[in-house]
This record gives sequence, structure tokens and C-alpha cells, in this order.
Amino acid sequence: MAATADTVERVKKISAETYKYGFETDIEMDRIPKGLNEDIVRMISAKKNEPEWLLEWRLEAYRRWTQMEEPDWAKVSFPKIDYNDYYYYAAPKSVADKPKSLDEVDPKLLETYKRLGIPLDEQERLAGVAVDAVFDSVSVATTFKHKLEEVSVIFMPISEAVEKHPELVRKYLGTVVPTTDNYFAALNSAVFTDGSFVYVPKGVRCPMELSTYFRINAQETGQFERTLIVCDDDAYVSYLEGCTAPMRDENQLHAAVVELVAMDNSEIKYSTVQNWYPGDENGKGGIYNFVTKRAQCRGVNSKVSWTQVETGSAVTWKYPSCVLQGDGSQGEFYSIAITNNLQQADTGTKMIHVGKNTRSRIISKGISAGRSDQTYRGLVKMLPKAEGARNFTQCDSLLIGDRCGAHTVPYIEAANPSAAVEHEATTSKVSDDQLFYCRQRGMDEEKALALIVNGFVKEVLQELPMEFAVEAQALVEISLEGSVG
Amino acid sequence: MLSIQNLHAQIEDDQKMILKGLNLEINPGEVHAIMGPNGAGKSTLGNVLAGKDGYEVTEGSVFFKGEDLLSLEVEERAHAGLFLAFQYPVEIPGVQMLNFLRTCTNETRIARGLPELNGMEFLKLARAKAAELKINPDMLKRSVNSGFSGGEKKRAEILQMALLEPQFAILDETDSGLDIDALRIVSEGVNALRDAKRSFLVITHYQRLLDHIKPDHVHVLADGQIVRSGGPELALELEERGYVHYEKAA
Ligand SMILES: Nc1ncnc2c1ncn2[C@@H]1O[C@H](COP(=O)(O)OP(=O)(O)O)[C@@H](O)[C@H]1O
Ligand SMILES: [Mg+2]
Repeated sequence: MAATADTVERVKKISAETYKYGFETDIEMDRIPKGLNEDIVRMISAKKNEPEWLLEWRLEAYRRWTQMEEPDWAKVSFPKIDYNDYYYYAAPKSVADKPKSLDEVDPKLLETYKRLGIPLDEQERLAGVAVDAVFDSVSVATTFKHKLEEVSVIFMPISEAVEKHPELVRKYLGTVVPTTDNYFAALNSAVFTDGSFVYVPKGVRCPMELSTYFRINAQETGQFERTLIVCDDDAYVSYLEGCTAPMRDENQLHAAVVELVAMDNSEIKYSTVQNWYPGDENGKGGIYNFVTKRAQCRGVNSKVSWTQVETGSAVTWKYPSCVLQGDGSQGEFYSIAITNNLQQADTGTKMIHVGKNTRSRIISKGISAGRSDQTYRGLVKMLPKAEGARNFTQCDSLLIGDRCGAHTVPYIEAANPSAAVEHEATTSKVSDDQLFYCRQRGMDEEKALALIVNGFVKEVLQELPMEFAVEAQALVEISLEGSVG
Repeated sequence: MLSIQNLHAQIEDDQKMILKGLNLEINPGEVHAIMGPNGAGKSTLGNVLAGKDGYEVTEGSVFFKGEDLLSLEVEERAHAGLFLAFQYPVEIPGVQMLNFLRTCTNETRIARGLPELNGMEFLKLARAKAAELKINPDMLKRSVNSGFSGGEKKRAEILQMALLEPQFAILDETDSGLDIDALRIVSEGVNALRDAKRSFLVITHYQRLLDHIKPDHVHVLADGQIVRSGGPELALELEERGYVHYEKAA
């Protein structure tokens, strides 16, 4: 058997076992009944003690959603989802009492996050990183809150922000991704439960990394998180989200909406390490990850960069985008997507150039192994007023074995003659000759594959915050090996 | 050191027999040269010894330092001290040469029970060895063999050999594509490694390499067999008469 085929076989066997986040937390849950209708939307809103305007906003989204069709243009296929067969709210009972400090948080929850490598308690938590921990439908703890308050940075669960800063939430919620933007965004707007809210006031450079860790635990439950980050003039923030879920035989739905707003001369760096359970080697189970992420660079010279390492989920549908409104604003998209076994991913970005001299940069690295299928889908659009706009896109695919697929679908619309769009794409294969060469020099097959893959993705890994780059590199290796590694 | 007996090997895909009963004994400290017409099976011999996929040994045996070489994995052969300088070194885009060399060196050191070298230690070592081979240190920052000229690739192979310190090295047409200066530098690199415990199998088409690397024995490989063996004078004779005679015999 050829060396790569042999490796892929081995990878297949190991990978299902190497999903080390596949454990389940046994904890008493508070749930609302299964299914989706207006009453369910009302119940969710009531659970969160929401003001009337937000309930109305949800109901409007729900009504619109019922009139929309699930999109079918992505190059992914999966059985029809029965939206009435999910729970839309599940929260640990202990959280209902609203623990005031970490000492009051259920030890089982703390233990769960510790096992996930996210210790929340004072002694062990990561220095320099504030964490909001979201468990199914609720946030269970947020660290370093006071330290952030000292510099007037607001970082809290969005449901808490609705209570404490209603004016801010109301001002920005749904202004980047309207409730009716797409099917999954409408669904999310109707039933979103938790997620993080960040507001960095004028002139403040957020002194630490902010991070939200999403965990789906409960069975047959969807997670619909909503994140809203606003960076006011001359402010800066770096934010990271991580995600995992237990190994389950049935598919679970995750439909998030993330909205970013960047004002004059501000910068938001948004990083994702997505490691939802991908399903087993036969494609059983795994998360459906249908996500809408969009940034508006509203201010002049504002900047947003999306960096994503996508290794998990059975099916991914995700296009973090930037609307570059402010003159001189910049958008960046750095992506590593890895699919193995029977995973499917249709991912990419949209860069919409509205203002003058706006710039965007897209670096996408896709790795397909096993029988997986992956599509890069990107749109670069220069509107008539985008004088002097520039885009550079580089889109590379690496295939491991010969039963996987990689597709590149770039859409380019340039309506301003002075705009420049540059697009480069490559597809390569890890060859038997490369593996033989490395092995002749003393590496075993996994080491060789890891070296080759790391070389392929390093340009993007470098974009991650230091604290997470090492972890992400390890994840890249694990997800192709025990897997590429 | 190396003992090859009656080696038969075929291509797995089409079952074409390439090596047809090859015998060769190499003792510690010896340099053997293998010459022969194109397509004789010289590279195949190197590949089979190194353990490349796609070949099937149907008969015969190979012992390396008393061990059954053919039962070992590719990397185990490397750890045991076998090195193959490729006729066509492989490009690995994106992987920095320095990182590649360090990974090779440390994996080999771990397997041989030696401590790993840290980044600084290795950088010093790699720079020193590169300087000996007149390799521009910038090459260490480039991707493995990507966009290297023919001569650069061959020099990089010798650099790898110098770092891995094998006991037995096969040089597969390392001289082809080298100008006369590069040939001298590469040969000096090889000669610097010659000692009583280390052996070489030098595959070449041309006698001129053997002016620089003096072989103890010269063999002619034609149609999958060693058809003639002799001393350095055999190389001179081949240079004069060519391989026509052997190609006909084949
Ligand atoms: N992987 C392979 N697949 C098919 N044929 C091969 C392969 N490798 C070598 N051969 C054939 O085996 C013969 C010997 O090749 P090779 O060992 O490269 O010769 P040399 O190095 O002496 O020029 C040639 O006829 C060549 O075409
Ligand atoms: Mg050859």
C-alpha cells in the first residue's frame, strides 16, 4: 500500500479516539420543552428576564424565519433537520441561582472546564486571558471581570449585558447581521441564549485577551450563541473563542451569530479555534456548525481580522466577513480548515469594499484527508465608490490521500475601475515521495506528515495570539492524526 | 557492513523485474562505486536498500551490520545508519530547511539515544556545516529544495549527510548537475566524512567524480546484475569505452 494511503488508514482509526473533549458532564439541567414555536421563544426570553423590546425583536425574527427556506447552495449534504426535535434551552440548575462569585459556581462545572484545559479558578486560570465560559444555553462564569472594569472594558455574558447595559446592546444588536440576513441568522435571533458582549470605550487598549469558551453538553440540544463586540474610536481588543462538545451519535445543531463593530482607528482581532465533535470515522454524529459572522469597519482606518482554525464539526457552513465602510479600513481573513473522515466544510469569507482605499487580505489553507470534502467560497466585492481599494487572496489546498476533495469558489465583483484584486490559488498533495524523503532522514510517518502540514499552515498559525498558537498547532496535529502528528 | 546476496526486486505495479540476482559485499571504511548505463537499476538498488514503497523483493537477502535490513521500516534503516542522497531530492513547499534539518537530526539522535539539540545549538551546528560546504546560510531559511538549483539540491543532500553522520551512505548521481567547483566542494564534503568505520556506495555515470572521491572498488551494474568488478582503473576503462558493450549484453 502506498505510504500516504497507509497513513490515512491509520489516521482514520485514531482520530475518533483522539477527540479528547468527548466526555459528558453529568449535571442536573433545567430545560424547556422540545420544539420550536412562539411560546418557546417567549419562554427563553422569560428565562432571561428580558425587556419587552427584545422579546418583540425575537418574535419578529421567529415569524420571518418560518417564512424562509434553509439554504442549499453550499456544497454540503446532510439529512433534513427537524427543528422541532431539539431543545432550545438547557442550563445547569445550579446556574439558576446566579452564583455571584467563582466560589459559588458548581464544582462540576469548574471541573468540566478544567478538563477542557480552561481552568477558571483564581490560582490556575491563564494569566492575561479573561474567560467567559458558556455551557449549553448559559454563561456559567466570567473571569477577571473586575480587572477589566478598572479600565472600563465591558466583558460579560450577553444576557447580563441586556440587563446592565440595555442602551448599548439595543444600539448595536442586529445592526451588522440583521435578523433576516439568512435562515440561520433568523433562527439564532429568535432563540439565541448566551454568548459574550464586549464594549471597549474610546481610546482604550484592552489589557488582556478576552476569550469565550463554548461547550455543548446536553443531549438533543442546540446551541445558539450570540456575540457582540464593539470597539469605539482608537480602541483595541483581541478576542478568542473555543468550542467543544461530547461525542454523541446524533447530530447536534449549533447556529451562532457574531457581530463586530469597529469605529474610527480601532482594531478588533477575532480568533476562533473550533473543535466541535466531528463525528466518528463513519460519519455518525457530530455538530452541524452553521454560523454567521460579520464585522463592520464603520470608522476610518479601522481594522478587523478574523483568524480561524477549524478542525471540528461534521458539517461547517461559515463565512466570517468584513464590510469595509470607513475610508482606509482593513479586513483580514486567515483560515486553516481541516477535514478528515467524512467531515464536510464549506467555508470562506466575504470582503465588501465600500469606502475609499480600503484593503483586504485573505489567506486560506484547507487540508482534506480521509473521505472528507472541503470548499473555499469567497466573495470580494468592490462597490463603485471604493476608489483605490485593494484585495489580495491566496487560497491553498492540501490533499492527504486520494479519496478527499477540495474545491475553490472565488467570486469577484469589482465595480470601481481603480480597485485591484489579486487572487492566487494552489492545490497540492502530500506525496509518497515527500513522506519517503522525510522518513529516510529519520522521521516516522506521523512526524513527517505533521512537519509537512505545519509548514503548510504556519503562515496562518502565526496570526493567532501567542497564548493559543501552541495549542492550535497541537490541535492541527491531533485532528489529522492522532492524526497528523 | 553491508552484505547483499542474490537480490531480486521488481516494480510492484507492473511486476517488472529490475534487480536480477545482485551480489555485493561492502566492508567498513570502503568506498564502492557503481557505474552503468541508464535504466540498469542503480537507483532501484538505492531505493530498495532505503526501503521505498513500490518495490517488491522476491528473492535474496540484505544484511546491514548483521541485521536483516529488509525487515526494517524506512526510518529504522535511517536510524541504524543508512543514508541515501537522492538522485532527485524532493521539494517540500512551506517547510523551512532549518526546521526540516533540525527535525531530521533530532529524530535520529533520539533514536540513537542521544540528547536532542536545542534551537541555538542546532543553528550553530547547521551554519558551521553549511559553511564547510560553501552553502549560503540563506538557504537554511528557504523551503526544503523548493526552487533550489540542481547544484544547490545536491549540496543540501551532502549537508544532510554531514548532520546525520551515517555509517553507510549511498550517493545516487550526486555529481550530475554540478559544475567543476561544486563537484570539488561536494567531494571534499564526502572525503571529510571518510573514516575506517564509514562506508560509501557512490552511484555515478562519470569517471570524473571518482577523480575526487577515490573508490576502493568499482562495479558495473547492467540489467540488474553486477557484471564486472575491479579497482579504480575499471572506471577509466569505462570512461574510454562507454557502456555500449554492457548495454548490448543486457
Ligand atoms: N517506480 C517505478 N515504476 C516503474 N518503473 C520503474 C520505477 N522505478 C524504476 N523503474 C524502471 O526500472 C528501470 C531501472 O530504473 P533505475 O533504477 O532508475 O535505473 P538507473 O538509476 O540505473 O538509471 C528503468 O527501466 C525504470 O524505468
Ligand atoms: Mg538513477
